[in-house]
Amino acid sequence: MPIDPNDLYRLRRRPPSEKQLDTGFHWLTVLTASTVAIVLVLILAIVFHGSLESMGLYGWRFLVTSNWNPVDDEYGALTAIYGTMVTSLVSLLIAVPLGVGTAIFITERFIPRPLREIIGLMVELLAAIPSVVLGLWAIFVLEPALRPFLTWLHVTLKDIPLFSTQPLGPGMTPAILVLVVMILPIITAISRDSLNQVPIRLRQAAYGVGSTQWSAILHVILPASISGIVGGVMLALGRAMGETMAVTMIIGNSNNFSWSLLAPGNTIAAMLANQFGEADGSQVSSLMYAAFVLILLTLVVNILAQLLVKRLSLKY
Amino acid sequence: MTSTVAQASRPIPDLRYKPTRSRNIIGIALTSVAGLFSLVAVLPLFLVLSYVLYKGASKLSLDLFLLEQPAPGLEVGGISNAIQGSIIVTLIASLLAIPIGIGGGVFLAEYSRNGWFANFIRFGTNVLSGVPSIIAGVFIYSAIVSTRILFGHAYSAVAGGMALAVLMLPTVIKTTDEGLKLVSDDLRRAALGVGASRFVTTIRITLPKASRSIATGIVLSIARAAGETAPLIFTALYSPWWAEGIFNPVGSLSVLIFKFATMPYEVQNELAWAASFVLVAFILALNLVARWINTFTSR
Repeated sequence: MPIDPNDLYRLRRRPPSEKQLDTGFHWLTVLTASTVAIVLVLILAIVFHGSLESMGLYGWRFLVTSNWNPVDDEYGALTAIYGTMVTSLVSLLIAVPLGVGTAIFITERFIPRPLREIIGLMVELLAAIPSVVLGLWAIFVLEPALRPFLTWLHVTLKDIPLFSTQPLGPGMTPAILVLVVMILPIITAISRDSLNQVPIRLRQAAYGVGSTQWSAILHVILPASISGIVGGVMLALGRAMGETMAVTMIIGNSNNFSWSLLAPGNTIAAMLANQFGEADGSQVSSLMYAAFVLILLTLVVNILAQLLVKRLSLKY
Repeated sequence: MTSTVAQASRPIPDLRYKPTRSRNIIGIALTSVAGLFSLVAVLPLFLVLSYVLYKGASKLSLDLFLLEQPAPGLEVGGISNAIQGSIIVTLIASLLAIPIGIGGGVFLAEYSRNGWFANFIRFGTNVLSGVPSIIAGVFIYSAIVSTRILFGHAYSAVAGGMALAVLMLPTVIKTTDEGLKLVSDDLRRAALGVGASRFVTTIRITLPKASRSIATGIVLSIARAAGETAPLIFTALYSPWWAEGIFNPVGSLSVLIFKFATMPYEVQNELAWAASFVLVAFILALNLVARWINTFTSR
C-alpha cells in the first residue's frame, strides 16, 4: 500500500531549527500563492473605487449614451462598448472556422506528421508576435492593401448601415482582421488539444460502423470535444475584448458613434490606452468606469470558459 | 440452412473506393476547405515576418544599437534608449514574477494539491491570466504611479516592471505547478526515506527535477512580457534618452514602435520597423529556446 508523503513528514522526529525552516518555507509559499488573490482583489477594488464618482454622476446612462466630451465634462461609453463587442464578435466569427478547421487539419491524418507539426509550430509562433508589431504592419501594409476592397464594399452595399460610410484609412474592419490574426493561435491551440484528448476508442468505433473520415469528425470527434473547443473560443473572446495595442493603432480612435464597420471607431481598451495618461477630473473616473465594464466583461467570459474546459476534463 | 445458401448466392458487393460517391466528394471538398483554412492561418506569420525582415533588416547597423533616438527632424539616431529600457523593465518584471510565481507554484503542487485554498488560487491564476494587459497598466498607475508610493517618484521603470510582472505571474505559477506535478511521488518518498525535510526535498529534489519545464514557462513568459506595450504606456512612460535610474521613466522597444508608427516622419517610421525587427527576432529566439528546452526534457 503506498504511503502518503504527508504522513511520512509528520512521523519523523526533527530538530527544532529544521522544523522552523520547514514551517517558514511553507508560509512563504502560502504568502507568494496569496499574491495572486491579493493582486486580483486589488485590481477590482482600485478600478471600482476609481469609477465610483463617474458611476454616481452618469449611472446606467454611461453605458447607453455615446457623447464623450471632455470639454463639457459629459461622458458616455456606448461608442467604445459597441466597438469592443462588434470587433471581438465579428473577429470571432471569422477566426472560429479558420482556427477549428486548422486544428482538424493538423490533428486528423490528412498530411504526414512532420508537415502537421510545422503548421502547428507556425501557428504558435504567430501568437508570439507582439501586438504592437502587428499594429505597425496593419497601419503600413494591411490597411492600404485592404482599402480598394473596402471601397468596393461601400459602393456596392452602401444601403446597409454596416457599410454606410466611406473607408478613409483606419477603421473597424482592419482592426477586426488584426484581431483575427491575434486570436487564431489561441483557438487553434485549444481546439487541437481538445481534439487530441478524444479517446481513440470513439474514433475506432466510428470507423467500425462504416463512417468516412469526415463523418467521423463531424458526428463523433467534434461533438466529443465541443466543450473544450467552446472553452477555447470563450478564452479567445476574452482576449479579443481586452486586446489593446494593435487595435488602438488601427481602429482610428473616434468617439463618434457609427454603425458602420468601415468607419473609425473605438474600443474600451483603445480608449484607455489613448486617454488615460492625459486625463484628469471626471474623465479619469469615467475611464475607470469603462475599465470596470471591460473587467466585468472579460471576467464573465473567462469564468464561463474555465467552467466549460473543466467539464471536458471530467468527462474523459 | 436455406438462408446461408441465399446469402452465398447474393452477388459480392463492390468494395472498391468510388470517387464519384457523394460522401467521397463531400470528404474531398471538406478536406480541401480545412487545408485552405490552415494555409490562411499560417499566411499572416509569413506576411508579417517577411515585411518586418524586409523593412527592418536593411536598417540594422551599429548606430542602431549605440545611439539614442534622433530628435524630431534629425536623421541620425538609433534605438539604444529603447533597447536599454526594455531590458531594464523586463528584468525588473522577471525579478518580481519569477520568485513569487515559483513560490506560488510550489505551494500548489507540494503543499496543497486539492485544498480549497489551492483550488481558489488556481482559479484566481486562470482569471488573472485573462485580465487584459491594459488593465494591469491602469491598476499599477492607480496603485503606484498616481500615489507616488515609490519614494515620491511617479512614472518609473519599477512601476513598468510591476505591471509586466502582473502579466507574467500566472504563467510562471501555472508552469511551476504543472512541472512539479509531473515529478513522481516515488522521488519524494525516497528523499524522505533518507531523512530529508520537506524544505530540502522541494529545494534539492523536486524543483531541480522539474527545472526544465519550469524554465520553459519562464522563458515564454519573459518573451511575452518583452513584447507588451499596453501596461507600459502610463507606468514606465517613455524616455528618449538613456535611463537615469530605475525610479525614472524609461523607454522601451514596444512603446517606441507605438509612438514612431504614428509619427509623420519617414525617419521615425523606419526606426519603428528596425525596432520591430529587433523585438521580433528577440522574442522568436526566446520561443525557440523554450521549445528547445522542452524537447530536451522529453528525451
